[in-house]
Amino acid sequence: MDFSLSEEQQMLKDSAAKWVKKECQFEQRRKIMHTKEGYSDAQWKQFAELGWLCVPFSEQYGGIGGSMVDVMVLLEELGKGLMVEPWLSTVILGGRLVELQGSEQQKQEILPSLCEGGIKMALAYNEIGARQQVENIAMTGELSGDDYVLNGKKTVVLSAEAADQLLVVARTSGKPGDSAGLTVFVVDPSQQGVTLSGYPTMDGYRAADIEFDQVRVPPSAILGQTHTAYESLEQVLMEAIITVGADAVGTMELLYQTTVEYSKTRKQFGTPIGKFQVLQHRMVDMFMHYEQSKSVLLMAVLHYVEGFDEVNKSISGLKVQIGKAGRKIGQEAVQLHGGMGMTDELDVGYYFKRLTCIDALFGNVDHHLSKYAEMV
Amino acid sequence: MDLSIGTEYEAFREEVRSFIRGNLTDDIREAGRLATSVFAEPSRAIAWQKILHKQGWAAPHWPEQYGGTGWDIVQRSIFSEECLKANAPPLIPMSLLMCGPCIIGYGTDEQKAEYLPRILSGEDFWCQGYSEPGAGSDLASLQTFAESDGDDYVVNGTKIWTTYAQYSNKMFCLVRTSREGKPQQGITFLLLDMDTPGITVEPIIGIDQVHEQNTVFFDNVRVPKANRIGKENDGWTVAKYLLMFERGGQEYAPSLYFQLANIKKLAEGVIVGGETLWDNGFFKRKYCEIEIEISGLAFTENRIKSALGNGQNPGPEASMTKILGTEISQRVTELAIEAVGEYGVPLQVDAIEPGSSIDGVGPKEAMAIMPKYLNTRATSIYGGSNEVQRGIIAKAVLGL
Repeated sequence: MDFSLSEEQQMLKDSAAKWVKKECQFEQRRKIMHTKEGYSDAQWKQFAELGWLCVPFSEQYGGIGGSMVDVMVLLEELGKGLMVEPWLSTVILGGRLVELQGSEQQKQEILPSLCEGGIKMALAYNEIGARQQVENIAMTGELSGDDYVLNGKKTVVLSAEAADQLLVVARTSGKPGDSAGLTVFVVDPSQQGVTLSGYPTMDGYRAADIEFDQVRVPPSAILGQTHTAYESLEQVLMEAIITVGADAVGTMELLYQTTVEYSKTRKQFGTPIGKFQVLQHRMVDMFMHYEQSKSVLLMAVLHYVEGFDEVNKSISGLKVQIGKAGRKIGQEAVQLHGGMGMTDELDVGYYFKRLTCIDALFGNVDHHLSKYAEMV
Repeated sequence: MDLSIGTEYEAFREEVRSFIRGNLTDDIREAGRLATSVFAEPSRAIAWQKILHKQGWAAPHWPEQYGGTGWDIVQRSIFSEECLKANAPPLIPMSLLMCGPCIIGYGTDEQKAEYLPRILSGEDFWCQGYSEPGAGSDLASLQTFAESDGDDYVVNGTKIWTTYAQYSNKMFCLVRTSREGKPQQGITFLLLDMDTPGITVEPIIGIDQVHEQNTVFFDNVRVPKANRIGKENDGWTVAKYLLMFERGGQEYAPSLYFQLANIKKLAEGVIVGGETLWDNGFFKRKYCEIEIEISGLAFTENRIKSALGNGQNPGPEASMTKILGTEISQRVTELAIEAVGEYGVPLQVDAIEPGSSIDGVGPKEAMAIMPKYLNTRATSIYGGSNEVQRGIIAKAVLGL
């Protein structure tokens, strides 16, 4: 049993930490968040140059053959920088779905370009009433002559406006509730019949609702095989949970440390508030929630990478842990910063919102506790 | 980064298992199964220690030259885990985990030769004289005074919360030998015989109606200076060494998993209105939340072990595992009393004495649940209260 980082992982961690320190001044991030694109294309190019877009892909597709351990190492650091670049959408939800579900030709066409910062992607799977559960998808892809015709609505699609290609999940057979019958289509967002309505998210990203009205696509748009996308999607969503889990753990670390530092300088009643025992103990609890979350993250990642039988349980356990701990640490950070914690001027609120939003994505605490309960 | 523990350990695990199978009697096992505290019924705990001692396994964490096993940290975990699974009673910690290491660290060769073999064999039964009525979490304020008188000290004062003093023939204790300087500076570490004239032991009955604790009074008790460990007025160093020795050594998660699994078995057998308690969503949700917390603690402990394996010093993480381990264990016992429902109500301490012939009320496995819940409240108070531990983390980790 060994939890130390390899030399390469240490380098990845260091370079990400260095980038966050240099490029992620809060004022600058806030400006970027409020632009129309919602992220910085210049920084996306840096991601590509630094090799952060190719981490989880195998070498034959331009990747470095890394694992989710490497993704964890990278995202824990990027989480501290309030990253709003479409990394999760492009690399995990997009690229990894292509690698798992796509044909050899599709992988060759998409992944090397993605790794170099060329193609950006988004995964349009969630629908009103589906509550982010893949099997509930109702949108249809009907065969019409040689083509497929897509009809339906997708909601809260992360980083959709940034995407050059949308991966759209539709039902080519069966009914909502069935895990079989789901097919992924690669769709150009500028195509006739696709209407994309973008909006900012509470935590500084952008997302969109997308309507598909008689969108005609050729069979070559199908990612891999028809009807069989369920398992790849489930696996990608597990990787997404690990990704946001690492982002959350990095965020929690930064937030508890920021709060501790603030309490050393903020004076009330003639003394730094960090001298008050009642606040000290609350900050210790923040620290322990962070440590517990880091531990559950490690467990989930290693169970995933090493193919443990209980991996599904561990991933749900991770989502429960970061949901609960994220809420606790986020709320406490705001409380201990007092009135300033409530303002848009301070980064604390942004980290708090990031943690709150992460719980709402890919199934919240209640959802994953129910799932977990079916596996004990 | 990996989770593998190496196939070479499988043979070791099998060796431990087969030894336990062949040597742990049902009578001793019962004391483990019915234990409502970390202190098992002493006669059976000592009987188990004697069996382990014959095999050379009584003190796996001691240096080999003094009777330790020379096992690495993984082997030690495997050994504890297998003992736990077999319901072996935990060994009484005062001598093996607390006094022994102090003598190893600070005793003279004569003291080592005199005491260590008798600790290992279970011949001597030690109690710990640290807390006083006026010195609990603030241990350094202790007032029991040892006055120098020729080759002896004359000790006067009171010790409290002395676990199992009624079974002990020896005590290791902290006494004050000077009132000069900082409170920590005038403390001395002494060993004494419990049958020395002037010592009186009075029982304290706990909220679980069990006699585990005592008050010990000292009235002009003569203790030879030869019984001192370390230098005069330097007992605080010895006491701190004890904490360092314990550091990183204690794992809570394996035992918590084990206790939680027992609650599942219990809940599967409880029928409420046609369905088992295990199928009740409210109950199961609480169960799952606790299990997730235990899995976090298990990996926190794994991380500490991994750091130790790489030669790093774990530092104040020991305070964190103490807080998490004890607070989660309290929640485990809360869930357990909820599982047994009204069978937690009858007071039947006698029925859970190992070897008792009393039938008692309700299922046998439910009888120890309420006393254990009550007893477990103490875990966040003793060993440095959890408030003190939070203070340590605030200072040492957060720099507050």
